[in-house]
Amino acid sequence: MSFVQRKIPFVGSVETNPETKPFFDGCAAGKLVIPQCVDTGKFIWYPRTISPFTFGAVEWKEVSGNGTIYTFSVMERANPPYCIAYVQLAEGPRIMTNIVDVDFKEVKIGMAVKLKFIDTENGPPMPFFAPA
Amino acid sequence: MSLKGAGYIVGAWEHPTRKATDKSVTLLHAECAKGALEDAGLTKDDVDAYYCAGDAPGLGPMSMIDYMGLKVRHMDSTDVGGSSYQVAVGHALQAIATGRANVALITLAGRPRSEGMATGTAPRAGNPAQAEMQFEYPYGPATANMYAMCAMRHMHEYGTTSEQLAWIKVAASHHAQHNPHAMLRDVVTVEDVVNSPMVASPLHRLDCCVISDGGGALIVTRPEIAKSLKRPLVKVIGVGEAAKNPSAGEVDLTYSAARWSGPPAWEMAGIKPSDIKYASIYDSFTITVLMQLEDLGFCAKGEGGKFVMDGNLISGVGKLPFNTDGGGLCSNHPANRGGITKIIEAVRQLRGEAHKAVQVPNCDLAIAHGTGGSLGTRHVGSTVILERE
Repeated sequence: MSFVQRKIPFVGSVETNPETKPFFDGCAAGKLVIPQCVDTGKFIWYPRTISPFTFGAVEWKEVSGNGTIYTFSVMERANPPYCIAYVQLAEGPRIMTNIVDVDFKEVKIGMAVKLKFIDTENGPPMPFFAPA
Repeated sequence: MSLKGAGYIVGAWEHPTRKATDKSVTLLHAECAKGALEDAGLTKDDVDAYYCAGDAPGLGPMSMIDYMGLKVRHMDSTDVGGSSYQVAVGHALQAIATGRANVALITLAGRPRSEGMATGTAPRAGNPAQAEMQFEYPYGPATANMYAMCAMRHMHEYGTTSEQLAWIKVAASHHAQHNPHAMLRDVVTVEDVVNSPMVASPLHRLDCCVISDGGGALIVTRPEIAKSLKRPLVKVIGVGEAAKNPSAGEVDLTYSAARWSGPPAWEMAGIKPSDIKYASIYDSFTITVLMQLEDLGFCAKGEGGKFVMDGNLISGVGKLPFNTDGGGLCSNHPANRGGITKIIEAVRQLRGEAHKAVQVPNCDLAIAHGTGGSLGTRHVGSTVILERE
């Protein structure tokens, strides 16, 4: 089954939540930039600038874009079907995404994946993952 | 102060409709309220507290209080999806115990079937100020694929199979054949479930609940009033609520919020899972049931697949009769929220008023657990334990 990329929707704009601008600036530059809790060193997903671990400060850091699939599901009722997943980044956090450019029958938990940005229909490019 | 026994459920009524093309959502709420009050032997004027959730049209409880002509001194519209009604029972208990309410009315109603809602398979765009929305919506989170990701991980970690999940639907269908109002009354087999079309892998069509119209209502009151009425006494002896979420990236989809809502309820009740004679377990999907059974302590984590096999959830056959009305998997899921019907069937069982083919003999202890929201992201689990006095 050849992969068909669905259109990616976005809601609001990059200005909706002003403090998340460094993430969207990163996306525009092809970099995955996410917050890290200064107190604990843990990376935080989804982006926010008050640490949900300590209520302390965060620093924005570029991460490698390497990860593995924690879990996934292929939405076969959709046209075209798509594969939603949580990918565990090499740096730790598990983030919601789609697995793209793949025969869905080949997708497995634990599969190594790498970052790929895809344009959204009415917003910024967003991070997706394809087999490494 | 323990809330154990602070309130009794004296009215429980489920709307018989499954498709209400000719009725508004507000009318369905009011019909449910009327039904529950008549069941209790009370009148509208006895109600002094009202509880509803996001399925009630209007700002919080205000429009429904107006529409039904209620005069209340306590209200709560905590909206945590399908488990809101278990939460409401707990909150009503607090109000009754502290003298803020005597007769609490809880309603749920909706008509997603008449409105043609693609409940489980269409991602819903929310307010982008909801901070996770911009980082989740682009990836197409619907209801089905969020629960499916939990099932996929459960299978990976514990070896759970589609056939084991299918047994949950099989049990529900055995019960639904006796419910004249159930949407799906045909008994199905494991093969029927695993051969039904895939919706969101690994969940098949028959792993999913129905989409139905309808509703239900409950009346919770203080012991003195309950004992003055003519209905069998169903005492609330345990409540608990808890929220679980993706924890800023520390996602763990192997368990649900029931792991946290259960213990305070068990402790309050002073009983253990093996004491339970009947269990109403939220069944948006088969995997929902399996994970909640584990998290409530009916079996060890990872053993849910083995626990539900071979009819163990079928009344008269297995050790833990569950959802004897057919549940959300076969009977109804009004307003896409199954919490209140879970409590209603538990009350029927404790009163001895379930269908005779599924009535649990000497049913004196029951649980009604709800999960609202998305098991794959953020959800609230709420537990209610009931005793026939």
